[in-house]
Amino acid sequence: MPAQVITITSGKGGVGKTTAVANLAVALASDGSKVVCIDGDIGLRNLDVILGLENRIVYDIVDVIEGRCRLKQAMIRDKKLPDLYLIPAAQTRDKNAISPSDMNRLIKDLRADFDFVLIDSPAGIERGFRNAIAAADRVIVVTNPEISAVRDADRVIGILEAEEKGPAALIINRLNQTLVKNHDMLSPEDVLDLLAIELIGIVPEDENVIIGSNRGAPVAADPKSRAGQAFRNIAKRLKGETVPFLSMDHQGGFWERIQRLTGRK
Amino acid sequence: MIQIKGLRDGLLVSIDDASWELQRSALIAQVDAEPSFFQGARLALDVASQVLHVNDLVDLRDQLSERGISLWAVISESPTTEHTAQLLGLATRISKPRPEESRQFSVDDLGEGTALFLDRTLRSGTRIEFGGHVVVLGDVNPGAEIIAEGNVIIWGRLRGMVHAGAKGNRSAVICALDLSPTQLRIADEVSAVLKPREQPKPERARINENGKLQAEFWPAA
Repeated sequence: MPAQVITITSGKGGVGKTTAVANLAVALASDGSKVVCIDGDIGLRNLDVILGLENRIVYDIVDVIEGRCRLKQAMIRDKKLPDLYLIPAAQTRDKNAISPSDMNRLIKDLRADFDFVLIDSPAGIERGFRNAIAAADRVIVVTNPEISAVRDADRVIGILEAEEKGPAALIINRLNQTLVKNHDMLSPEDVLDLLAIELIGIVPEDENVIIGSNRGAPVAADPKSRAGQAFRNIAKRLKGETVPFLSMDHQGGFWERIQRLTGRK
Repeated sequence: MIQIKGLRDGLLVSIDDASWELQRSALIAQVDAEPSFFQGARLALDVASQVLHVNDLVDLRDQLSERGISLWAVISESPTTEHTAQLLGLATRISKPRPEESRQFSVDDLGEGTALFLDRTLRSGTRIEFGGHVVVLGDVNPGAEIIAEGNVIIWGRLRGMVHAGAKGNRSAVICALDLSPTQLRIADEVSAVLKPREQPKPERARINENGKLQAEFWPAA
């Protein structure tokens, strides 16, 4: 079966795109899929750090595109998950080093060998973003429950619609239920009300995410982490499984449901 | 069939109504023939009455951008093409408007007349400018802008910015099922921010007898 190519983007920076890519990749690869992630943030690469693969980089995506190495040579295999690969970004170049058609060619070569190709988009709506969405079959927009992030997500969704990239799916990242309850944070309903696209996951705020990123061990591999569970659920939904959604009608039941889901694993 | 001339802020390329594919490849061929002339150029494209869709312009923009040329404006007589260009965030006017475009509406024309009908939600970053009325079947999200010379009717939630009567028509109105804009303007009046209501009801904003921009429920209680 040819790969599903999924780009993760957001518009605003710092909402958790790279974390989402790393965690979805780990969740998918632990669940039997063959996954390659591509860091599209040329010049400001991070995905290698979060996956804990930084010290193994020899070649990067620009080396592949400019013909200095073969595609296979730039693919770094994860230490723990044999089905997880990373194609790192170049750190000493910028977004103009590659074009949307370079991206299309590269991904065409990957499709046959993988189940999922995950592309980490840079923030913004310029060249790097255009490169990242060029080959996508599906786009996931990550946002935080705060007005500026939602506003930027709306702008990006508008561009995706204009480019006829199909309906985007939404991840609401870093939801703090206590703040929502006190009306100090937008609720998932508020976000969906404005963006009006399919919701594919809600990730609760969880300090383990930061700890995991610093250690190069994404929380999706941690069976006790709530955020890890949320990412594993999203990975299952990407594979077409129906995973019950955390209730959003009555906010009181929200955590109980997460706990029930976590306890059920 | 392709004319290129210099403007103050870039190059203006004019093409005619012959096949788009032909003209596009001719333009690219011309660029490839003299890469040093075009490198780094800002390019405005006058496509006459060609009807172009998103894919057409995206392809061209990408081809140009691979050659170090940025496409910044598409000027067209076709509303579809203008709309496409707006969706992609391209300008649809250049500093010197084309003479045949000086089709100005006088205030008297606006009782009835031309309207632009949009059957979709306008997301952040969308800017609609129209020399008549604008009707939207959908929401206008924060960060979207509508500038109309006539009235603006939103069959949905208005949370962005709307300027009605933009050429000075003080009798223009703005109606919405839920009027919670970031800002409203009619002619040269600018509204204070309206508070979102608990239970939104249809409202109409207009300039009242005292010359102030004001919103009232529709129909009046």
